[in-house]
Amino acid sequence: MTVLLIALGAAVGAPLRYLTDRAVQSRHGSVFPWGTLLVNVAGSLLLGVLVGWPAGPAVSALLGTGFCGALTTYSTFSYETLRLTSGGHRLLALANVLGSVAAGLAAATAGYAVARALTG
Amino acid sequence: MPEPFEPRTDPDVDLHLPADRRELTARPATVLAAIAAGGVLGALARAGLQHAVPHPPTGFPWATFTINTSGCLLIGVLMAVLGHLDGGPPLARPFLGVGVLGGFTTFSTYAVDVQRAIVVGAPGTALAYLAATVLGALVAVALGDAVTAGLLRRATR
Repeated sequence: MTVLLIALGAAVGAPLRYLTDRAVQSRHGSVFPWGTLLVNVAGSLLLGVLVGWPAGPAVSALLGTGFCGALTTYSTFSYETLRLTSGGHRLLALANVLGSVAAGLAAATAGYAVARALTG
Repeated sequence: MPEPFEPRTDPDVDLHLPADRRELTARPATVLAAIAAGGVLGALARAGLQHAVPHPPTGFPWATFTINTSGCLLIGVLMAVLGHLDGGPPLARPFLGVGVLGGFTTFSTYAVDVQRAIVVGAPGTALAYLAATVLGALVAVALGDAVTAGLLRRATR
């Protein structure tokens, strides 16, 4: 059952990352990877909520391990940082690393705190 | 005439490339199904590894660390191979890159595990994990890309 819930969450999360990335890129021409940053921060926020709530095993498998896990990505983040660096955009690469880590951590903390406050 | 494969920044989708701009309108259901199928495989592999190597909230998340660094190594290898093949088969990047590796690696679990380690009073573990994953991931992707591109150049010379 857990396997099915993870699969279902991932089957939605991975295509949603692709579609969000397309939608964000179609609205600006910058080389900065705003699309990947957005999905990573949004996924960290939602997972923070699920952990702080705390969600039961079924919801955790579906929305946490499946959906948030597949929506967010480390491989895309690292490859974009590599390409920004090799393309001569060293400051953007540094901003991507520091910005992603700081925003992801802040989002996870905020999600966790809000869920804790609401379920008290 | 196939278009030359331009260097991309975003391995998921890069709208600077005409082929990426077209791929969703040409056959949306096939592309999204390939991404979803790959994402399911990647996520199940990740869940299996995390289940096999659990960690306490104060401990170093070795499973997720290994997942993220190995996934970054593999995206470097994959994109170098696909670049060498002028993009490769049309569904290779959506299935393997966006789906399998995107679903395998995770940023949300990384961020939440750092935050949880701080909350339970293990700031040293949190900082070590935070820094080790970033550095490990960047070294891994650079290594995967450089070594693969070098080997392919030597093989075709």
